[in-house]
Amino acid sequence: MAKDQGEVQLLGVGGSPFVRRVQIALKLKGIEYTYIEENLRNKSDLLLKYNPIHKKVPVFVHNGKPLAESLVILEYIDETWENYPIFPQQPYEKALARFWSRFIDDKILPAISKAAWTVNKEEREKGIEESLQALQFLENELKHKFFGGENISIVDIAASYLAFWLPAIEEAVGLKVLSSDKFPKLYKWSQEFNNHPIVKENLPPKDGLLGFFKSRYAAISAASK
Amino acid sequence: MADEVILLDYWVSPFGMRVRIALAEKGIKHEYREEDLRNKSPLLLQMNPVHKKIPVLIHNGKSICESLIAVQYIDEVWNEKSPLLPSDPYQRSQARFWADYVDKKIYEVGRNLWTKKGEEQEAAKKEFIEALKLLEQELGDKTYFGGDKIGFVDVALIPFYTWFKGYETFGNINVEKECPKFIAWAKRCMQVESISKSLPDQDK
Repeated sequence: MAKDQGEVQLLGVGGSPFVRRVQIALKLKGIEYTYIEENLRNKSDLLLKYNPIHKKVPVFVHNGKPLAESLVILEYIDETWENYPIFPQQPYEKALARFWSRFIDDKILPAISKAAWTVNKEEREKGIEESLQALQFLENELKHKFFGGENISIVDIAASYLAFWLPAIEEAVGLKVLSSDKFPKLYKWSQEFNNHPIVKENLPPKDGLLGFFKSRYAAISAASK
Repeated sequence: MADEVILLDYWVSPFGMRVRIALAEKGIKHEYREEDLRNKSPLLLQMNPVHKKIPVLIHNGKSICESLIAVQYIDEVWNEKSPLLPSDPYQRSQARFWADYVDKKIYEVGRNLWTKKGEEQEAAKKEFIEALKLLEQELGDKTYFGGDKIGFVDVALIPFYTWFKGYETFGNINVEKECPKFIAWAKRCMQVESISKSLPDQDK
């Protein structure tokens, strides 16, 4: 056990990419923690106490002090436990890492959601177009094995959604966005990422995820009839 | 070697104002360039090809985009005076959380105040006041969100105060009545030199 790490807890749900981001970071740094699985349809008093503002997971608690928002949590983890740094040390490189992580959350994820969770053809087309444009920017940014170079870094961790959740969504709703011919670098990156020893152990079971997305899509289709 | 610092901006942008305040607070010599957003300069398009938006901070030829990222960069590079982020990691994370909250709630909801009508506008009004009340709670008895001196959250939030006259007129709300503590904080901020010289006149 890492000495003097303090008491660490993580409130989450197994299928959430945002929760998994935090788990990957903790595992990379060798931090031991207690994991508490939440039921989002019946949120625990603990969750509501620790994240009264957004009432969401992940919630990270260190020595009784709670933190919410995955990217904020990841910065805290990196500043508190300095081994295996996930953010670059140099200010300009750090600014770029923050920029691309935010880009993934603010541009790519919403575009993919728009494309996936609709039965409306126009909405889907629009979502696909936005997703492709956004993914192209990310494709152009990838210059090594990982966004972090030889080792995975914050941008890789933020992009984990693309490596694992996106293929499951694509299969569940009949969508093709991240194809190897359009985005050869990103596609290769996703294979490397999913096979990384630490990442591999910290991804949810694919079948469960696929099932979840399929029922979600079925509900949307049913609702639109 | 002298640093070359350029800020591509637009006078009314609260995001631009954040960067202006940070530069002023640190006393950083820089060139301010006003962009015409209907006719964006080649430099802007080159330096921010992804979003094509202002503000863009250019430091020795390298561009930093997104206002909160630029403010953090400024704080990290020019770190000898006026720290904007706390030194304690937990407090630093709280500052980042609340700045993110400002982006999610104040900007988006504030915009709805004057772009929406009827029921949607009423809902936006309620959400806006609730957000301000939460921020009042976070402020507590402190002079500024940063404590005795302005910090990251103050810088993130105060520019939206310049839009309040607009919110109040179009949104038909009276912020002073609902959130007096918030207005008191805002008025204290306007006394801070780096803020007052970076923000345009409310009536404008």
